[in-house]
Amino acid sequence: MTSTVSRSGAVAADPMVPRTFTLLSTHADTRDTFTLELEPTDGVRLEFRAGQFTMLSAFGIGEVPISISGSPIEDGPLIHTIRSVGGVSNAIVTSAPGTQLGVRGPFGTSWDVTDAKGGDVVIITGGIGLAPLRPAILELLAERDQYNRVVLLYGARTPEDILFGDEMRKWADRLGMTVEVTVDNGPHGWKGRVGFVTQLISRASFDPAQTIALVCGPEVMMRASANELRQRGVPAGKIRLSMERNMKCGIGLCGHCQLREHFICADGPILTYEVLAPLMQKWEL
Amino acid sequence: MGTITEIKDYMPEHPFFKGLDPDLIEFLAGCARNVHFKEGEILFREGDKADTFYVIRKGRVAIQVHNPAGGGMIFDTADAGDVVGWTWLVPPYKWVFDASASEETSAVAFDGECLRGKCEADPAVGYALMNRVMLVMYDRLQAARMRLLDLYGTVGS
Repeated sequence: MTSTVSRSGAVAADPMVPRTFTLLSTHADTRDTFTLELEPTDGVRLEFRAGQFTMLSAFGIGEVPISISGSPIEDGPLIHTIRSVGGVSNAIVTSAPGTQLGVRGPFGTSWDVTDAKGGDVVIITGGIGLAPLRPAILELLAERDQYNRVVLLYGARTPEDILFGDEMRKWADRLGMTVEVTVDNGPHGWKGRVGFVTQLISRASFDPAQTIALVCGPEVMMRASANELRQRGVPAGKIRLSMERNMKCGIGLCGHCQLREHFICADGPILTYEVLAPLMQKWEL
Repeated sequence: MGTITEIKDYMPEHPFFKGLDPDLIEFLAGCARNVHFKEGEILFREGDKADTFYVIRKGRVAIQVHNPAGGGMIFDTADAGDVVGWTWLVPPYKWVFDASASEETSAVAFDGECLRGKCEADPAVGYALMNRVMLVMYDRLQAARMRLLDLYGTVGS
């Protein structure tokens, strides 16, 4: 178990046994996406790094992998942003305040934005992919002066599906982040941009040679974004993608999330495009 | 209205014309004029004669389709650095969508018939221009294909 602990950064005595957390509140971000605040019943804060996930369970119903969307550097409740897409996630987001939920983890690798200091950071995301990036954004903005340009390019399905809209405005207006948002379809009267998120990459202002790129979203979108970044001249080793597979154990044992030689729950979810490029193009993987 | 000199000075800075031979730019500038649109102003409507090619300098243009059930849907926007309209190249030269300014917008408007005439008269001009238009069409087609997949709406995304 020692190697598991070092790979995932988890400190739990037994990573297969969930800790209990009490649901404090649920906030509806969009029609199907909710942000939950959870408090540990034992009072011990869950330490994590930006980009890591937990296995979150509704007791008696099931367990799902959910990225942490709160700040890794500030005290406060454990925050998860969840899209209700199935039985377990629906049970979690409809739980009443006071309900006890199970939490295993945190698991997986992190965005590790510290090595971008002195350079530019470009964040490309779509849909609920913004949630796993929020901890990295909060970490970056807490030390904004350590980075050069910080650019967020975000795509959503419609204006109603834009996640953290008010917060993105704050990041842009007060915290020195360039934020560009586009939607796939806009209703009549929509004043914002309409188009696919990859179209924002060619016009974004950053120095490709001094850039770390963080990408999270549907895999097709990540592949297209990574290819566009490569065309701009960002090295594949500096493009980090957050992968999603069928995470179960969270500690690289069960093999459900295997992507050839990688266990996404433990070796990922965040891997470089240098590692992922040959794997992402294989239909069989 | 801007002068031809102002337009030909600006054109090499616009991504659509960047890298194009200066003589060719000067040649094409003869078909151009500066235009401005207030927020909400219509550039063109579906069914109208498609006689203009817009090179956006500032602002945003919404390209949309009228939908009686929903009041209209915007399926693309063009910002500074983009271009609007290639229907001036395709018979019967009638717009197939509506376009309006989402905000105060400035553009260089090229007379489509004038451009077609120059392309017909000199195939080298036509080839250079078609190459540029093709890149714009390719980019929009790729983006449209991606959006067709409805990636953010798919369960598991």
